[in-house]
Amino acid sequence: MVILSILILNKAGGLIYQRDFNEGLKKLSSNDYLVLAGTFHGVHAITSRISPVPGSGGLEVLESDQFRMQCFQTLTGTKFLVFAEPHQPNIDVVCRRVYELYADYVMKNPFYQIEMPIRCESFDRHLMAYIKPKQ
Amino acid sequence: MSSTKAARIGEEVWKTRIDKVNAELVTLTYGSIVAQLCKDYEGDYMEVNKQLDKMGYNIGLRLIEDFLAKTNTGRCINFRDTAETISKIGFKVFLNITPTVTNWATDNKQFSLVFEENPLADFVELPDDGRAQNELWYSNILCGVLRGALEMVQMQVDAHFTSDVLRGNETTEMRVSLIRIIDDELPPGDD
Repeated sequence: MVILSILILNKAGGLIYQRDFNEGLKKLSSNDYLVLAGTFHGVHAITSRISPVPGSGGLEVLESDQFRMQCFQTLTGTKFLVFAEPHQPNIDVVCRRVYELYADYVMKNPFYQIEMPIRCESFDRHLMAYIKPKQ
Repeated sequence: MSSTKAARIGEEVWKTRIDKVNAELVTLTYGSIVAQLCKDYEGDYMEVNKQLDKMGYNIGLRLIEDFLAKTNTGRCINFRDTAETISKIGFKVFLNITPTVTNWATDNKQFSLVFEENPLADFVELPDDGRAQNELWYSNILCGVLRGALEMVQMQVDAHFTSDVLRGNETTEMRVSLIRIIDDELPPGDD
């Protein structure tokens, strides 16, 4: 399983975390990452609105030749976007584990301000330790 | 979710996924916080209640993510479901107690949690100054935790204690009322 990149969006659609795990990914400017997050937030809301199925949770997976993107939305409205190589199964397991790490090392850090960009070294470390062996 | 299913999930998560700490460490830490607040606010117990609630609120805002990540429960279908989840999973997982859900209002928007045991209040005797017995809600932090946690899943509630064995009442009872569902913050797909 190859994880390319992980993004975390707060419930307002603001980007609060972005990290690449693979060399050779095209870097965007920090502003472009914010635009990407905001745009996805909007698209996600639209997809759930225009879905013919009532109560649809909106866009969950986006797959192209180059990558597969999985969106995991928690009940509080936080979104985890995981970019991986195409046709990877069980990305949702990765999403859940990343959510647990987020609950532990971000939300339980008393000096982390809720909804603000994540600058928690131990979260970085644990995320890395979880993702690296999978590459 | 049925009450037995909630109980099963609570039991399982508590057994397999929760790090345990010494209960007395929790009891004594909480006790020293309350005692210090009483000192800092010079016996203004109303203010102490308020501060405890506020501290709990800030805990709740954070704790809900841990709850959701660990228990993997979906959205509750109604407020009765919420009550069972709070009692059988929430309190079970974090404090290893399951307060009884009872005294439902006819509109299903208010219930009581009756605590047969309360780890926060072990060893506690309220100060004998003639006021603490009538004014201090010793475990008020729990009200704040519920309020904060439920707000993050788009439920605005009021929670307060109506009786406490520490005050000489028969039971320890917390009243929880649903004020409104915060519709405009519901994530897409959950409305």
